[in-house]
Amino acid sequence: MLSFTIRRLLQAIPILLGVSILVFLMVQMIPGNALDLMLPSDAPKDLIEKMKAEYGFDKPLWQQYLRWLWMLLHGDLGVSIFDSTPVAATLFDALGNTFVLAIPAAVLGFGLGIFFGVTAALNNGKAADKALSMVSITGVSLPHYWFAIVLVVIFSVELNWLPAQGMQFDTLPSTVEGLKSMVLPVITLSLIPMGVVSRVVRAAVLEVMSQEFVNTLNAKGLWSRSVLGHILKNAAPATLAVMGLQFGYLLGGSILVETVFNWPGSGNLLNLAIFRRDIPVMQGTILVLAAFFVLLNLVVDVAQALIDPRIRR
Amino acid sequence: MNRSVKDTASEFPAVAGRLNAVPSQSPGYWTLVRKRLMRDPVTLIAAAVLVLIVLSAIFAPLLAPYDPFMGKITQRMKPVGFAGHLLGTDETGRDMLSRLLYGGRLSLTSGIVPVAIALAVGGFLGISAGFFGGPVNSVIMRVTDIFYAFPSILLAIAICGMLGTGLFNTLVSLTLVFIPPIIRISESVTTQVRSLDFVEAARASGARPFALMRYQVLPNVLAPILVYATSLVSLAIILAAGLSFLGLGVSAPAAEWGLMLNSLRQMIYIDPLLAALPGVLIFLTSMCFNLISDGLRSAMDVRLKL
Repeated sequence: MLSFTIRRLLQAIPILLGVSILVFLMVQMIPGNALDLMLPSDAPKDLIEKMKAEYGFDKPLWQQYLRWLWMLLHGDLGVSIFDSTPVAATLFDALGNTFVLAIPAAVLGFGLGIFFGVTAALNNGKAADKALSMVSITGVSLPHYWFAIVLVVIFSVELNWLPAQGMQFDTLPSTVEGLKSMVLPVITLSLIPMGVVSRVVRAAVLEVMSQEFVNTLNAKGLWSRSVLGHILKNAAPATLAVMGLQFGYLLGGSILVETVFNWPGSGNLLNLAIFRRDIPVMQGTILVLAAFFVLLNLVVDVAQALIDPRIRR
Repeated sequence: MNRSVKDTASEFPAVAGRLNAVPSQSPGYWTLVRKRLMRDPVTLIAAAVLVLIVLSAIFAPLLAPYDPFMGKITQRMKPVGFAGHLLGTDETGRDMLSRLLYGGRLSLTSGIVPVAIALAVGGFLGISAGFFGGPVNSVIMRVTDIFYAFPSILLAIAICGMLGTGLFNTLVSLTLVFIPPIIRISESVTTQVRSLDFVEAARASGARPFALMRYQVLPNVLAPILVYATSLVSLAIILAAGLSFLGLGVSAPAAEWGLMLNSLRQMIYIDPLLAALPGVLIFLTSMCFNLISDGLRSAMDVRLKL
């Protein structure tokens, strides 16, 4: 198990390096020079040269990359062009606000998804299965940014129960008002994980149920509840894998939902950075979210191997 | 829903009886798939709705009662059912029905075209990786791993944010987003097929690699890849509309569902029903593609493991 974990850790290093190269190169795709975005068009020549030297733009690309990577490894994501604050600090705060929504959304979405998926599989082909399958396919087909607007119309505009937007607390919700401001974003975010997890769980449970050991257990007269336990344990690796992916999507895809609810998270930060052409913030946010996604997949792989020794190979 | 060839033959006794004189005349795979689809009402309804949406987008210039880009300032925010404007008017007095019809053109294009291109490119790369194995596989799959390290929405937003707005950039970013998952699925199904006996037999009879890929591998991996790609179209439509919703896709005054949703968002306090209309179409289209993908999956008897 230890050797599997170490091997898997080592595999993540080249991927992380590749991700950093890709994010670095993305900035090169921006039409025009990065400096043109920072300086006024009538800037004097010597100022341009000075800025070039300061940012290292006068060096070849590979040297620029190594310099950037070196800074990264020291936890330095650079400084925002827009307001000269360190990117790492801003990003850290924003990520916290994203997690405050993502964690309850994941609990809600995964919980409902697993429950729906198992129920559908146990009632395979019956009315309950068909109804739940409709619910889950609706979950994956709804544009969640639109669903967010519909929720706002119903619960904020018409009923006036919940705030339409904004985060009503600092780091963690401590008041009823704070909790109320979380309700609509959390429900919106949980929608896609609910749909995807329930579809995967249904398929995984049906697949396990078609295996012969389930027949054997039933034939031996094992309690149906114990049989269900065995089925769920065998369906767990596939479920874990999809939950890992979905949690990553919750963070990366938060941009749309955070925009609708004006929530000061990492998605909102990225959106602002794109419109301000704030390259260091853009680069930093994308890199950190992607790196987190890689590490998350690593944790999922190790967890899968813990449950199912066959994966350790 | 796992029907074998035998089951289907017994379900059509008349056909089987007539063909009795010609032994072992079993219908081909695609005939079977078509027959199964014809008896799947949910998929048929989804397909019919989708055809309706596509046709109304294609014939938008003929169907639209008004110019989608010209509004009357005196006719702003008229409700659904208003005389002369069946679905009301938007915040600058443009006819909603006309804009929704035209909007389908951009939204469907940015949903279907990227997946189609990604299907061709990713399918070729994935099948090659699976077929040749070794260093070819390593190079293609390791690069894919790097792209796979980004959640799809994040990658689309990142590329679009860098390239700038516009339909072309939306298409480029979505294509890049969908190539890696298609490579993954194609590689995985090809690896399962390539060592089967009939491929070995063809190889032994002197077929060249590309002929093997075209005639032995492709027909056997097409079904799962196609099913997967259909479900990606539904995601692509949501993502493309999401990009313009954020202001990163096509820009005003274009008629596009995501963009309309964005500009009408300020109007939810005035007329919520009107503001929600474009989203209904995004949802409906995406749902159709998901239902069709599910229908194809059971008709083609594909079991995808992702």
